[in-house]
Amino acid sequence: MSTAAGASGDGQGKRGSAFDGSIKLSRATGGEVKKGDVILEVRDLSVNFWVGDEWFVAAEHINYDLRAGEVLAIVGESGSGKTQSSMSLLGLLPANGRTTGSAKLKGTELVGMPQSKMREVRGNEISVIFQEPMTALNPVYTVGFQIVETLRTHFLMAPSAAKERALELMRLVEIPDPEDSFNKFPHQLSGGQRQRIMIAQALACDPKLLIADEPTTALDVTVQAEILKLMRELRERVNAGIILITHDMGVVADMADRIIVMKDGRVVEHGTADQIFNRPEHPYTRQLLASVPHLGTEVEATEGRPATLIEREDQPVPLRDGDSSITPALLLEDVEITYPKQGRRPAFTAARHINLRLDPGEVVGLVGESGSGKTTIGRAAVALLPVSGGKLSVAGRDITHAKGKDLHPFRKEVGIVFQDPGSSLNPRLPVGESIGEPIYLHEQLKGQELSRRVEALLDSVQLPRAMRNRYPHELSGGQRQRIGIARALALNPRLLIADEPTSALDVSVQATVLDLFRRLQAERGFACLFISHDLAVVEQVSSQVAVMHLGSLVEVGPTEDIVHRPQHPYTQRLLSAVPVPDPAEQKKRRELRDAIIEQEHIVS
Amino acid sequence: MSNDNTTPRPGELPEDERRVGPGPIDEDAAGSGRDERVYDDGEMGDRILGDDPVRGGAAPSGPLRTAEAADGDFAVEETDAHGRGEGVGQAKEVEGLSQSQIVWRRFIRHRGAIFGLVTLTLVALLSILAMGLGPIPGLWPFQDYMRPNNVVNGGSPTLQIPGIGGATSFAIGEHPFGQDDIGRDSFALVMKGVQTSLFVMFCLSFIALVIGVTIGSLAGYFRGRLDQILMRFTDLVITLPVIVLGAVLGKLVGILPIRFNATPEQTLAITNNMPLLLSIALGCILWTGLARLVRSEFMSLREREFVDAARVAGASNWRIITKHMLPNAVGVIIVNTTLLMSSAVTLEAALSFLNFGILPPNISLGWLISVNQGAFATRPWLFWWPGVFIILLALSVNFIGDGLRDAFDPRMRKIPSARKMAKAAAQLEPAGGATAGSGATAAGASRTTEEETK
Repeated sequence: MSTAAGASGDGQGKRGSAFDGSIKLSRATGGEVKKGDVILEVRDLSVNFWVGDEWFVAAEHINYDLRAGEVLAIVGESGSGKTQSSMSLLGLLPANGRTTGSAKLKGTELVGMPQSKMREVRGNEISVIFQEPMTALNPVYTVGFQIVETLRTHFLMAPSAAKERALELMRLVEIPDPEDSFNKFPHQLSGGQRQRIMIAQALACDPKLLIADEPTTALDVTVQAEILKLMRELRERVNAGIILITHDMGVVADMADRIIVMKDGRVVEHGTADQIFNRPEHPYTRQLLASVPHLGTEVEATEGRPATLIEREDQPVPLRDGDSSITPALLLEDVEITYPKQGRRPAFTAARHINLRLDPGEVVGLVGESGSGKTTIGRAAVALLPVSGGKLSVAGRDITHAKGKDLHPFRKEVGIVFQDPGSSLNPRLPVGESIGEPIYLHEQLKGQELSRRVEALLDSVQLPRAMRNRYPHELSGGQRQRIGIARALALNPRLLIADEPTSALDVSVQATVLDLFRRLQAERGFACLFISHDLAVVEQVSSQVAVMHLGSLVEVGPTEDIVHRPQHPYTQRLLSAVPVPDPAEQKKRRELRDAIIEQEHIVS
Repeated sequence: MSNDNTTPRPGELPEDERRVGPGPIDEDAAGSGRDERVYDDGEMGDRILGDDPVRGGAAPSGPLRTAEAADGDFAVEETDAHGRGEGVGQAKEVEGLSQSQIVWRRFIRHRGAIFGLVTLTLVALLSILAMGLGPIPGLWPFQDYMRPNNVVNGGSPTLQIPGIGGATSFAIGEHPFGQDDIGRDSFALVMKGVQTSLFVMFCLSFIALVIGVTIGSLAGYFRGRLDQILMRFTDLVITLPVIVLGAVLGKLVGILPIRFNATPEQTLAITNNMPLLLSIALGCILWTGLARLVRSEFMSLREREFVDAARVAGASNWRIITKHMLPNAVGVIIVNTTLLMSSAVTLEAALSFLNFGILPPNISLGWLISVNQGAFATRPWLFWWPGVFIILLALSVNFIGDGLRDAFDPRMRKIPSARKMAKAAAQLEPAGGATAGSGATAAGASRTTEEETK
């Protein structure tokens, strides 16, 4: 990664030097803190929202202490109140929210603090790292300006001094070439760099408490590993307590000292990382841990030479040999996909020299980082994108140059499950109609017969039949994705493209959806291209894995070989970056990963 | 958050988890054709099939409800709630309702919009009841609004409202809005003018709607060359000045029959249908704003995954546009058509005021103001009443449009007043505090044990 460029220790020595002579504008809530001091005491904290005509409880009776230099992870599914309870500390609830109970920052009560005082606390004593750095940074200002703004809000300092301090912070978070990046706009930086800027901004005033709200959810796994590494280093350097809000148990295993497990607004378990991971007591915690996919456990490591095909010396991954008597369900031969030139934007080749074969009934996982072109391939396979070179055929039907009406019979052969179940269902159609649409369009079924088919499909995805009259917004994420699967399977396709079908779901829901998927695959025997960025998920469902990097395949092979004996350096790096939900093992993996990166540096 | 209104229904995430546990699905039930499937679990079935206390009738009230809320029934509500808690509780607001019902609920909570709707209805009713509709005569005695009558009360309004102008009792009298200089009944004229305004308003916006939506959706859906052609054409139409065009058209209606030697019947038909002709002409140039908005809406909609899903399912372009995209763009369309309607009222009045629009034998409010502007000092009522009705019409339609915009915008949520919230909080503390607290704990405890027994 480009962000890994040196400068790691530079900021440390000079830290604080820019503060000399600058006057703090905002009052501090207490004296200096030493490592191990309790900085935040939360007692009986409840958050309510006034909805309709009554109070809805988002979180209640939350108690915890946070010490300086400690990382407290709050885990739970979406809607468990983990974000709201932390935002209430800063008074950042929407207008219909209400906080009761007590939260003391170094002895100063935060609940019920007037806005004017709260402003002095925000960014100064408590700061937040948000989930999505693109939306949390203002797109019309340079990142340097935004850090300087935070500084000058809380300190009386000259612009030049503030800039110096900002550069120092940017060095601290390992932004390459800080002088140059200072004048860049958020969109000119990569996702990982943006998150680094967010962290620099959050650290600007030496906060006592850092709230990291899903800081790595929007990032790729390799970038995530780097941001986590950075945060781990920072926590040694700054005496801040960190509240880490996340649903990713792997991240928790990597970072947390203590863990709070929340469900439905209540704390169900509270303990050290060791206790929670190794001796969970509450059934919900156990269930949560059980549903987390664990890389490397699904397939057994076998002896023997790895049978993977890898890219070497400008030679693309060749096509895997297959039984020539079987028509492959999906066959890509030297496929190239180019997004055409649009206005001044030049044409962009998203995938090149792709050779991939899926036999009937086979599940092949396609993994890679965002922007590697894996979704592009999926969309080309259902003829949503034209192929600009090579040959693409589905179940023996060449669709490389097919257009419009010619594609109609082909549509029966493939189905696609989209990533975001919220956006892939028409919000104005009852879900039953969405499921029935392909059947209506291809078999002209109507009325009774159509509704029988829809019912059978709902049964097969384990949803009650009465749900066909619901609208998508009335269903939960997991239910919506079940509907998406039912629609994709409506015509009994021979090939299913699953484009990150579980990445928008909570981990326990993901487990059930994956179960369902595997059962349906076994029952119906369709071939499936399973696109995901999560290697642990891919490992669960697929027999073959293809790894993509920057628009080309780098390694294709049986799952166990990829997981246990990766050959290509990129695959190795990708695998080592996946956090596993086990603190001890994660520590080992972390060290292994650092060694791999070290080695790469030496080689290059 | 663009998709906030698609937060899931509360209380159903647990089902997904529950499936992990025991209670495999009874596969045999699949073929039996029963509408309600049997789950070993039992609990799941009745939870999903609408025995939900929130949805069903028997909703307990007050603190008890809150205790239930604590039981996790609503806990999934903030699924999309990141950062600032947007979207919190929205799922509860929208559960079990179709999109149109949600919009309607939001709309009727908008005070301004309801005020506008009531006013518009009353004004329309008044004018139709008074002057009739088309061939059906109305109830007002002076149906022939162009005929001079005997001057009563010196032409002053006979309408008396206690407290205004020293009147002691309420009376309508013979000519409530007064009479003009040749004795015509002002009330009859104004009511006829209101009808014309309403007619022009609806006709014009209907024509603009059809043209604008067609052009906008084609341009937004197909993009590329077609988009270029249609949008450059739209740009061309935008450059036409409305007032000048209206004036030219108004004059043409007078000149063309003479140029082409039309029969008197034809000429009469043209002059009688002046409001229709004017609204067609104006509708043909006022669709541009709508077309641009629909185009941009379609451009963002076509990137949504459900459109891709429809395409993969094999839907034709026509089906995608009409079945999948138009219903999703209906918010933009309705809102902007309403706002166009209110500007149509004022535009028609302005053109008629300049003597370019609707002229006798048709009556327009703008024309009434124009002919009576000389009487402003001596008989102000002739001037005021048409003006009041123009304002009433334009304002009420505008308010309705505003209410619709808020209702269709998922981000608009009514935040309760601080007073209301404080009151509810106070209610919760003494009365509910103990009950709700203990109730919640009890419920929580029972839930825990229930989970453990599984």
